[in-house]
Amino acid sequence: MEDCLAKKMEITVSEAEKRTGRNAMNIQETYTAYLIETRAVESQIEGQCAPVDSLWRRYSEFELLRNYLSVTYPHIVVPPLPEKRADFVWHKLSADNMDPDFVERRRIGLENFLLRVASHPVLCQDKIFYAFLTQEGGWKEMVNETGFQLKADSRLKALNATFRVKNPDKRFTELKHYSDELQSVISHLLRVRARVADRLYGVYKVHGNYGRVFSEWSAIEKEMGDGLQSAGHHMDVYAASIDDILEEEEHYADQLKEYLFYAEALRAVCRKHELMQYDLEMAAQDLTSKKQQCEELATGTVRTFSLKGMTSKLFGQETPEQREAKIKVLEEQIQEGEEQLKSKNLEGRDFVKSAWADIERFKEQKNHDLKEALISYAVMQISMCKKGIQVWTNAKECFSKM
Amino acid sequence: QDLSLPNGTPVDTSSPASSSSLLNRLQLDDDLDVETRDLFVTVDDPKKHVCTMETYITYRVTTKTTRAEFDLPEYSVRRRYQDFDWLRNKLEESQPTHLIPPLPEKFVVKGVVDRFSEEFVETRRKALDKFLKRITDHPVLSFNEHFNVFLTAKDLNAYKKQGMALLSKMGESVKYVTGGYKLRNRPLEFAAIGDYLDTFSLKLGTIDRIAQRIIKEQLEYLVELREYGPVYSTWGGLEVELSEPLEGVSACIGNCCTALEELSEDMTEDFLPVLREYILYAESMKNVLKKRDQVQAEYEAKLEAVAFKREDRPKVPTDVEKCQDRVECFNADLKADMERWQNNKRQDFRQLLMGMADKNIQYYEKVCVT
Repeated sequence: MEDCLAKKMEITVSEAEKRTGRNAMNIQETYTAYLIETRAVESQIEGQCAPVDSLWRRYSEFELLRNYLSVTYPHIVVPPLPEKRADFVWHKLSADNMDPDFVERRRIGLENFLLRVASHPVLCQDKIFYAFLTQEGGWKEMVNETGFQLKADSRLKALNATFRVKNPDKRFTELKHYSDELQSVISHLLRVRARVADRLYGVYKVHGNYGRVFSEWSAIEKEMGDGLQSAGHHMDVYAASIDDILEEEEHYADQLKEYLFYAEALRAVCRKHELMQYDLEMAAQDLTSKKQQCEELATGTVRTFSLKGMTSKLFGQETPEQREAKIKVLEEQIQEGEEQLKSKNLEGRDFVKSAWADIERFKEQKNHDLKEALISYAVMQISMCKKGIQVWTNAKECFSKM
Repeated sequence: QDLSLPNGTPVDTSSPASSSSLLNRLQLDDDLDVETRDLFVTVDDPKKHVCTMETYITYRVTTKTTRAEFDLPEYSVRRRYQDFDWLRNKLEESQPTHLIPPLPEKFVVKGVVDRFSEEFVETRRKALDKFLKRITDHPVLSFNEHFNVFLTAKDLNAYKKQGMALLSKMGESVKYVTGGYKLRNRPLEFAAIGDYLDTFSLKLGTIDRIAQRIIKEQLEYLVELREYGPVYSTWGGLEVELSEPLEGVSACIGNCCTALEELSEDMTEDFLPVLREYILYAESMKNVLKKRDQVQAEYEAKLEAVAFKREDRPKVPTDVEKCQDRVECFNADLKADMERWQNNKRQDFRQLLMGMADKNIQYYEKVCVT
């Protein structure tokens, strides 16, 4: 982590702004732009205040960056972006992308994304990433010039590989299974949590009605009047407190969401492995069949059924010269194939090794982060209860004075 | 207002009822001191009886007393709801100017509630106990002969039949119920009480609805919580290092569910019935007010008739006066009493809710996330 960009540079996404502009099809659209500010850390140590560089980026540019990173470093679990659209909302939360609360939470998510990339030992050294942070103009062109889109594997190919691969590394199979389960359990959790929040909101808000009734009631009472009135006030406070409580909980939900999306990134690495392995298996299979063909031609025995074999039987065998030519071609192909297979094998092993190293790093990060998230969630709950106790204690005091 | 007859004779306002009510007012204050109390009544031990014709519940009514009106120092009898109902009616008849405490509702409005379920029987028992204790605390009602019989008679049914035969006594009470006289002006004081009672029952009704709504919302919250907890458990099964903290969270949520359930139960069993009881109380107080109005109307009409006819000394107005006086006194006393009761009741409720909030916290604090 010593060479991490995060250590050398302070990165923040400090502001969000609504903009209107014209898109590629010359249609007017509204979007939000985010201000990225960077400042070199080293000079701060010397007591000087380094100048802050800043530039504006929009969400689609973040997406482009992430796509580039995913394709260029397929063995890395690339940090996810915050959600594009508001998901797992409960009734008070808006599903509108322009809603200020959503924009604010997204701003925090984007900053988190940049910090994660900047603290990754491999990703932080990427030049495109650096340019994203520092170079306003011409960045998009720079990315496209890398031609990364060509390297991207088609979804179809990947799906095909998933079904057909015969001998993937067991650890990857387990990891794939794990990430599927993780996705499922976290999204279930988030859904239920949203419903729980909704219900809790209802409970608190109805208590606000007590405030009104107590106030009205206190008007007709003599000795009880003051007590009722102040108790009513506390009920109002109680009802209002839920807004802050649930806002804090959204932060917890966002932390869980990050790992929900991380599961997808894990899946992507597994898919890449499957693809490579499948590729390898296909190449090996191809090589084997070519060797066999060669052997058959050389020895004249037909071991396996082949259309060529049949046709040659039916329509007469080839001339020795034809056969020789064929054998030569095959032998060349076999040699090429063996070299390719060797390099593919090497590639595969390297991939597995480096991927697994990053996966271990990711596991540690995940355990650490989630533990902290759970702790802060518990702390939140405790504080919520303490507030509840406070309110009811106050109300009780008011009642005792009646 | 000067209450004097046309011939100048001042109407006797210092009737025996007034002086006794003064004494009673002093007695009421003493009643709060347990040591000077000489009559203790408890309702407990509900039992189910299955007969050929019907099934019903009886309660044990235990009395301990040093009063001369009672032959023995201790009594233990069994009574069922309709016996309590009979007692209340008898009290209303024989002491029409007094405020008789309310009984729990005869029929359960909700419909699907089991009359013999433990919770229902217990709620009813508490209400019946409170009913008798209130009568016990009342300086006049506690000396009522019907009350005495209720507490002591082995065979209450025989006494009931006896009472039915004495129609003459019925005649007296009928006079107060069917007045037919129209009151022109309710005195300010009573008008104020009437207004208060109206608003009071209105507000209590609203609180009852709010409390029920809260309980409903809490139960819906509980449903979601019950699904929420196990998901953490499932997740825990998936993880290695995180499984302990995740299981911990799951367990805590489970505890919260239990605590919440208890809270809702307690609210339903203790808070709501008392609200309803006070609403009933307000209703019967309003009835007493109406009766008082009747009595006053009768008095005024008779007074007019007297002024018109120039009769000597009408007997009825004196009685009427007596009644009015009593009503005034007791109304004031009982109202003061009610305030005090309300005060204490509310403290009890909030203590209850506080206790629940406390329990919640304890469970949350058990979160074993390291």
